[in-house]
Amino acid sequence: MRRALLLALVAFSWLAFMRVAAAIDPTVIPDPALQERYQKLTHELRCMQCLNQSIADSPVELAGELRNEVREMIVEGKSDDEIRDYMVARYGEFILFRPRFSARNMWLWLGPTVLLLVGAFIAVRILRQRSALVAQDDQPLEDDPPLEKEAGR
Amino acid sequence: MMKTRFIVPLIVFVALAGVLFIAVKRAPDKHFIASVLIGKPAPEFKLPSLTNPGSNVTSTALQGKPYVLNVWGTWCPMCRVEHQALMQIQQLEQVPLIGLNWRDDDALALDWLAQLGNPYEQVAIDKQGRLAIDLGVYGAPETFLIDAKGIIVHKHVGPLDMEIWKRDFEPKINAAPAAGPT
Repeated sequence: MRRALLLALVAFSWLAFMRVAAAIDPTVIPDPALQERYQKLTHELRCMQCLNQSIADSPVELAGELRNEVREMIVEGKSDDEIRDYMVARYGEFILFRPRFSARNMWLWLGPTVLLLVGAFIAVRILRQRSALVAQDDQPLEDDPPLEKEAGR
Repeated sequence: MMKTRFIVPLIVFVALAGVLFIAVKRAPDKHFIASVLIGKPAPEFKLPSLTNPGSNVTSTALQGKPYVLNVWGTWCPMCRVEHQALMQIQQLEQVPLIGLNWRDDDALALDWLAQLGNPYEQVAIDKQGRLAIDLGVYGAPETFLIDAKGIIVHKHVGPLDMEIWKRDFEPKINAAPAAGPT
């Protein structure tokens, strides 16, 4: 009983969500492959007016106009990159939720890897030094003079 | 040995703090997204005129001298705030003001100009907002300064006032290359 209720609740909230999504963007391109590309692209383009929403999620007019542009370009057979370039040429890199690699943001992309490599290098060096020390420590123990000599002093 | 153990992390910390401090200080104002179109040719356009029904406002006809393109709409409250400044700027007769009436109703736009005064030499109608998209407009008002060669030299987002005009626009108008064959 409880499970059925929960299921119904989940199904209902999903439906409600779908309805909201449809209310903002009712666009359907007949070709499912194109529709999928349309969905993906509109979700990764920023609504410049609301900043933290994608144009797929935003109800403002400008987002609708940009969705239109995306749809038209997809139907015309433009590639995803061409569409992104079109948007970037007008609104700048900022319109992409997924920033591209460039000389300006190179360190953001490479920084963590470089730091990881440096860290790994230092860690390896320290570990090697330690194991060398342990090895040094090990040997003299066997050659140590008998204990009673020292005790006898 | 003890010393380097503390000095190296300290140097790294100070360097990182320095870089971040400079980056934060120098970061542009995030309220206004810098236009990528500065220094690029303004998009070409041919749009119907609001004030001269039947004729067009075209980028080719405007070329040859600097002009200001002001994006506005009667639905835009900040455009009303800005209007007085536009009237004053027009009085200065430094550059022609071209209006871009953005997704608006013609009758409402004409009423607006009749009531508040018309600072524009020409007003183009952009019902679908196509030119606005080409200009990377994301809110009204926005104002572009376009030089004699058709290059966008400055963009202002938000309402204009005389202080902004004197500070950001005037020097660039004076710096713009003189019109005419050279």
